[in-house]
Amino acid sequence: MIKEEYPKVYLYRRIVQAKLFIDSNFMHKIDVDDISDEAFFSKFHFIRLFKSMYGKTPHQYLKSVRIEKARQFLKEGKSVTEACFSVGFDSLSSFSGCFKRIAGESPSNYSKQQEMVKKNIDKKPLAFVPSCYAYQHGWLENSNFEEASK
Amino acid sequence: MITKMTVTNVNVIDQDSAYDFYVNKLGFRVVDDIPMGPGTRWLTVSPPEQPDLQIVLFPVTVSKMFPKEVAENLIDLIKKGIFGCGVFTCKDIFATYEELKGKGVEFIKPPTKEFYGTEALFKDDSGNFFSLQPINNFNDEEHS
Repeated sequence: MIKEEYPKVYLYRRIVQAKLFIDSNFMHKIDVDDISDEAFFSKFHFIRLFKSMYGKTPHQYLKSVRIEKARQFLKEGKSVTEACFSVGFDSLSSFSGCFKRIAGESPSNYSKQQEMVKKNIDKKPLAFVPSCYAYQHGWLENSNFEEASK
Repeated sequence: MITKMTVTNVNVIDQDSAYDFYVNKLGFRVVDDIPMGPGTRWLTVSPPEQPDLQIVLFPVTVSKMFPKEVAENLIDLIKKGIFGCGVFTCKDIFATYEELKGKGVEFIKPPTKEFYGTEALFKDDSGNFFSLQPINNFNDEEHS
């Protein structure tokens, strides 16, 4: 361990603790004050340290976690409205705007696209597997997985 | 001309356990999780900021690729920690080290200054090891 370069381990631990607080509380109405309280820092000192470690302000990070989780919910088949409220947004319009800025497309487009992918996976799962891997597994010889699992 | 790597694999002993490690501990995103018949699935993940690289969590089971003896030997070597599978980068190695250690990831080397920059080594749930380095190890002029 390089002690001279890692002297403020308590600082790292407090910022990491705040990051983990965001990871497990993104679905609630939390703001930077709550997060900086969690790390026992003044708000501005906290924002500066957080950004230096993660490249994003706590607020930007919170938004990215919420949108990432929303993508997961939409992929699993939740509606846009359900995804919106499940990740801590309280209005559909702010959710849609934020989603589009971060994911590059609207949540409804993303949802439709995922639905189509799911249908294609159900129809032709092997189309998603490079054939070298499918061959190694022996999947090419028995591609009727539904039959196989009965 | 080869332009980039899109799919690579890590041989794992148990896919369910590997899913938990790579998704819930390392924070990777699931790209594909497709059932391929009884007891087998196509499972790939990506590092959060590298969606175009799929890492296949490839189970070492007796198959066309791994006859029984090969599978057993390979599992044995993986468990012994013989295989280094690559380098992951992060913005801040100390913050990442603290977070992963707190989540139960086993480090075989804490962040340490080497001639090429700061590096830590950690093991996955199967026994494969990876290097963890800050992105600025790769940003200096010598690498460009």
